[in-house]
Amino acid sequence: MIEAAPLVQVRDLVKHFPVRGGILQRTVGWVQAVDGVSFEVRRGETLGLVGESGCGKTTVGRLLLRLIEPTSGSIRFDGVELTELKGAALRPYRRRMQIIFQDPYASLDPRTPIGDSIGEGLRIHSLGNGAERRQKVRRMMDLVGLMPYHARRYPHEFSGGQRQRIGIARALVLEPDLVVCDEPVSALDVSIQAQVLNLLNQLQRELGLTYVFVAHNMGVVEHISDRVAVMYLGRIAELADRRELFRHQEHPYTQALMSAIPIPNPELRRQRVILRGDVPSPVNPPSGCRFHPRCQLRQELGGPAICADLTPPLIELGGGHLCACHFRGAGAEAGTRAASEAAERAAATSPAGMAPSRVTSASGS
Amino acid sequence: MATNAAVQGRAAVRPRQSAGLWSDAFGRLLKNRLAILGLVLVTLLLLAGIFGPIVAPWPYQVQDLQAVFANGNRPLPPLSPNHLLGTDQLGRDLFSRLLDGARISVTVAFVVQIVILLIGVPIGAVAGWFGGRLDNALMRLTDVIYAFPDLLFIILLSVAFRETFFGKALDGLLLVFVAIGLTSWVTVARLVRGQLLSLKETEFVEAARAIGVSDRRIVTRHLLPNGMGPIIVAITLGIPGAILAEATLAYIGIGVQPPRASWGSLIAEGQKFVRSEPHLVVFPAIAIALALIGFTFLGAGLRDALDPKLKGKQ
Repeated sequence: MIEAAPLVQVRDLVKHFPVRGGILQRTVGWVQAVDGVSFEVRRGETLGLVGESGCGKTTVGRLLLRLIEPTSGSIRFDGVELTELKGAALRPYRRRMQIIFQDPYASLDPRTPIGDSIGEGLRIHSLGNGAERRQKVRRMMDLVGLMPYHARRYPHEFSGGQRQRIGIARALVLEPDLVVCDEPVSALDVSIQAQVLNLLNQLQRELGLTYVFVAHNMGVVEHISDRVAVMYLGRIAELADRRELFRHQEHPYTQALMSAIPIPNPELRRQRVILRGDVPSPVNPPSGCRFHPRCQLRQELGGPAICADLTPPLIELGGGHLCACHFRGAGAEAGTRAASEAAERAAATSPAGMAPSRVTSASGS
Repeated sequence: MATNAAVQGRAAVRPRQSAGLWSDAFGRLLKNRLAILGLVLVTLLLLAGIFGPIVAPWPYQVQDLQAVFANGNRPLPPLSPNHLLGTDQLGRDLFSRLLDGARISVTVAFVVQIVILLIGVPIGAVAGWFGGRLDNALMRLTDVIYAFPDLLFIILLSVAFRETFFGKALDGLLLVFVAIGLTSWVTVARLVRGQLLSLKETEFVEAARAIGVSDRRIVTRHLLPNGMGPIIVAITLGIPGAILAEATLAYIGIGVQPPRASWGSLIAEGQKFVRSEPHLVVFPAIAIALALIGFTFLGAGLRDALDPKLKGKQ
């Protein structure tokens, strides 16, 4: 498939936050917020990033913008390695990547009239003179549905939806290529959510924007995304086309996640996959596949050892559908083989091995 | 022509942009009656400090001995001819001396606060913004200064420097300014640090960083203005503290030297005759009280006015 180079390429991105404790504030552990994430964002698309809270999706967004420093890994933006840029060299890229925040109350400076907040980026990047800047701010405000006389008002004088529009105007006035939307509607009233989502859609069409859309609401993600990446405990579990992913899911975690979406039809019944337990702590995540302690597929398979031993790679299943599970796609056979070998080893060492027969029966699935 | 217009346009924009917050705050201040009372008192004090010696009926050191003799060698009571508030036992006009004292108090009030700002704000901002070890070191320093008795420090300083130029400059007042400033910047430093610590984690700071705003501009344009309310209030409320501190020092004989007198040293002198001539204590005390009330009300009014969230509420 021939297409333009992707706008963003992320390879093996890792972010570990230190946990400090004791009187001397020594590092006693690491929160493995993002642990080896790779994906691409194509020009003009919307990549949805979903997952439970604490799965690292927001951290990925902040890492993309270099708001926090990655522990390791590579982020290429339009062919340029961002992780190597510092200070002044990073500045032009700041203009090209913007963020829309979750909390429209916390993300605006309460002491700055919103016209100045929106125009600050233009000042910082010395774009145009005073009159041109004001003109641009006015045009942007008009585009997001704010009145010109709003410019002199302070953030507390606006409603949540209006504030989110201000946040959008501030991000878009710099004419960025990439916009990270960090749960931009989750703090809003449901009636306003649709307005803001439609506004984002419309602006994407008009300005040719690329979105990375972080969310935990599957309905919102389905509405706005072209492709969707599902994250679990700092890793990507599955990444596919929106239609493909919502039609059929490969990864057991995605299946469980999708079965939790309510269907507005009381007649319809479907099989729910109920996950047991909580999301494990990212300070001390499970070995191997991070989902294995809660995985319904593994339970069905009789608990193959490979899930706890090896990290499943994110592999292509065809048609751009990526999945990180030992028992899916081309990896399925290898996974099954490794599982049965491990089971044999276990059987050799202890005669009372765990029913390996069920593993072989599952290889057909 | 085009560039000219552009330059003019920019010049026209800037003051309006920065005036927004302050003019709004001033409008809110004027709606607060107590704050207006405070403003009036502070303005009167400022006028007295600046123009007092010009309008004073007598120079502060001139003795009207004839009048004192005529009164049987006793200080003149208030409402005597030529002496509105009476005189002390040396025949010096009390009203004129109060006006001269106002000049000392006003100078103390402002110079000390400037010293406090110059030391406290940078130290607090650096500690709060950078955090970590630097923060720890600076805060331990402020702890030490906070724990050391202020009065003892000032007395030691004045004894050590009494005979030097530093100790004698401005009638001995420079030493007092520096001494009070050096002991009282810690409160402001801690306040600024606390403000920055809580503000630097907010999303609007992250938003500014995402836009590409430099650290310095984030601190000066976003963090300090947002933390400004408590700082201005602390400064305004710190002024009466400084006036009191100067009065205390003058009372125990440190600082301004005779024949000049601050309100504190007037009380110290008048105290000897407090039973027979209470006006020598009462009037300086009233002057101090009015100044303290003025700055306190103004400070509280500023606190409310500088917080746009309180707009329209009371």
